[in-house]
Amino acid sequence: MTLQIITQHTADGTNARALANDVDVQTLDLEGLERIDLNFPKFTDGRAFSQAFVLRRRGFTGDIRAHGDVLIDQLLQMQRSGFSSAVLRDDQDAAHGEKLLGLYKRFYQGDAVHATPLFADAS
Amino acid sequence: MYQYTDFDQQFVKARAAQYRDQLTRNLAGKLADEDFRPLRLQNGWYVQRYAPMLRVAVPYGELNSAQLRVLSQIARDYDTPSSELLARAQSTQDKIGGIDAPKLTVNYGHFTTRQNVQFNWIPLDKSAEVMELLASVNLHGIQTSGNCIRNITSDERAGIAVDEEVDPRPYAEVLRQWSTLHPEFAYLPRKFKIAITGSNEDRAAIAWHDVGLRVLRNDEGEVGFQVLVGGGMGRTPITGTVIREFLPWNQIINYLEAVVRVYNGWGRRDNIYKARIKILVKAEGQRYFDEVEAEYERILESGAHHTIPQVELDRVTACFVMPPVDVVSDEAQEKAEQALLAQARADKEFTRWLQQNVTSHQNPGLRVVTLSFKRLGQAPGDATADQLATAADLADKFSSGEVRVNHDQNLVLPWVRIDQLADLYQAAKAAGFARANVHLLTDMIACPGGDYCALANARSLPIAAAITERYQDLDELFDLGEIDLHISGCINSCGHHHSGHIGILGVDKDGQEWYQVTLGGSDGSFLSGPAKAGKVVGPSFAAAEVVDVVEAILDVYRDKRESGETFARTLNRVGMDDFKAAANAARNTTARAH
Repeated sequence: MTLQIITQHTADGTNARALANDVDVQTLDLEGLERIDLNFPKFTDGRAFSQAFVLRRRGFTGDIRAHGDVLIDQLLQMQRSGFSSAVLRDDQDAAHGEKLLGLYKRFYQGDAVHATPLFADAS
Repeated sequence: MYQYTDFDQQFVKARAAQYRDQLTRNLAGKLADEDFRPLRLQNGWYVQRYAPMLRVAVPYGELNSAQLRVLSQIARDYDTPSSELLARAQSTQDKIGGIDAPKLTVNYGHFTTRQNVQFNWIPLDKSAEVMELLASVNLHGIQTSGNCIRNITSDERAGIAVDEEVDPRPYAEVLRQWSTLHPEFAYLPRKFKIAITGSNEDRAAIAWHDVGLRVLRNDEGEVGFQVLVGGGMGRTPITGTVIREFLPWNQIINYLEAVVRVYNGWGRRDNIYKARIKILVKAEGQRYFDEVEAEYERILESGAHHTIPQVELDRVTACFVMPPVDVVSDEAQEKAEQALLAQARADKEFTRWLQQNVTSHQNPGLRVVTLSFKRLGQAPGDATADQLATAADLADKFSSGEVRVNHDQNLVLPWVRIDQLADLYQAAKAAGFARANVHLLTDMIACPGGDYCALANARSLPIAAAITERYQDLDELFDLGEIDLHISGCINSCGHHHSGHIGILGVDKDGQEWYQVTLGGSDGSFLSGPAKAGKVVGPSFAAAEVVDVVEAILDVYRDKRESGETFARTLNRVGMDDFKAAANAARNTTARAH
């Protein structure tokens, strides 16, 4: 699953719900939701990474979209945490962001996309 | 030592390339300084008082000689300010006054309490080049700063300590891999430090960490972890609380994932001084523990993907086998011991070195030797480019090419043959690393302080220098015995003043340097007792008074001690009052009632 990079967010009638980053997503009702918008008030506030991870673990297969202070240098972390789309901050270079998604072939730990860690590849 | 795989090597190189891209964009004006800052920090690049500072990660303190040589090369070729910058910095420092201060130094590395190595003068535009050079020997600065899981520290004698129950290194390495570039935990509320030991004696100060781990065997002989959470220094010193008495070894990643995930969600983000996990644990207590356990259950139910397979533990453990040191035969060993005794009788200095800087090893034919980087004329833990290269040579010649950076800012040679101790002593002495003061007063911990650090409120190094100078007499140092003296230049506590038997903290009042003195702190070692923060003796002292205050405190100890009693025990027995009174009587420039 590759993260969809969005430069301009437009309303499209999707059944979406926007969540603040202090909402407990473990107990959230996911029924009928097609998209969940998670927020980065500052790019250094990493709570939404855990929210996305937990939503995927709960089996949510809809779109998880990053909003707010979204910088291209955090896209890879977003993708790995379970985000499927991200709306970039205005000043960001989307083309360069695409490139940054391919920097690493594999990581040590499992994540929302590739659940098992590197050591599970061998064993 | 851990043998890095092709994957590890490629990974570090990819990281260096990623950093070069970020630096290039920053220098081209395409990545704003405030957006670049957290990125460079997570690669170990700070911008300090006069210049950038690089913190190189040394996973659980282990370095090979090739890595040491690259660190030496970096010190020599890159750790150099322009002459204008150095002149400006020196002239600014000279204006502070109040105490004689050593000059700023260049072209050196600095060993930190978290077993890392720092450089102070590398220009930022050279930083990507330095990262590539480091990557050539599998070194990097990944997560040595920033609000993420930091480099994991361990016992300096991991795998060789005679009091060890379980070698912690394979677990430290597995955790290093798990925490490296963890996508979910790169922007935690605050930094997150993990220390791990497998010995009875705690040489890793685990209770002072966000997570402290003790790997041990239960009554059934099974290996597991005692898990402590919520320790830390800073403004609010708190020691860790046990959250699990015994966690099966293969669950450690799954469990820490729960610990960190709940912290990521619950830790405070509104106040940097209340953002560490210690504050969360203190505020929420059992509620936090319960949530961690609930999250751990959810991790188990959803597949427990990070359960460590035996085969992986075996693979990593195999990397830590003893190096091929020639076995010392019983006969050779006895001969070597006799020779050492004879030599020791003839040479008092050598005797002291054997006593203080050399300790026993799991292998009876080997010894663990500490090279002391605490000596007159150089700051604690500093090593010049030449000294780093010499240390690499000593490692090759005497310790199977391995050294360890320890928590006390020295280097440890882990694999020294008993019949080579005398030769090593001569070589270490020639290099200036054989000062027999390990664990004694002058083996102090000190942060770089206000000479280099942008956060410092006061300088640490002139205080360290003054104390080192006053206590040069080895007879006196031996008489005073083992004392932990820890100096921090600000409340961030990089110099671990909270855990010193004697702690010195630099504070700033009206633009001047002042020093608060604490007594009775402990890192959690047997000598010091259960980990605790020291207590303040009174209002802060002027810089020029500090060395007299230390002397006054030590005089009380000499006066009050019982035969064979250490400073820490005497203090514990007689209480603070006499020490406090003596310290306050040593004021000469600050008013008594200040």
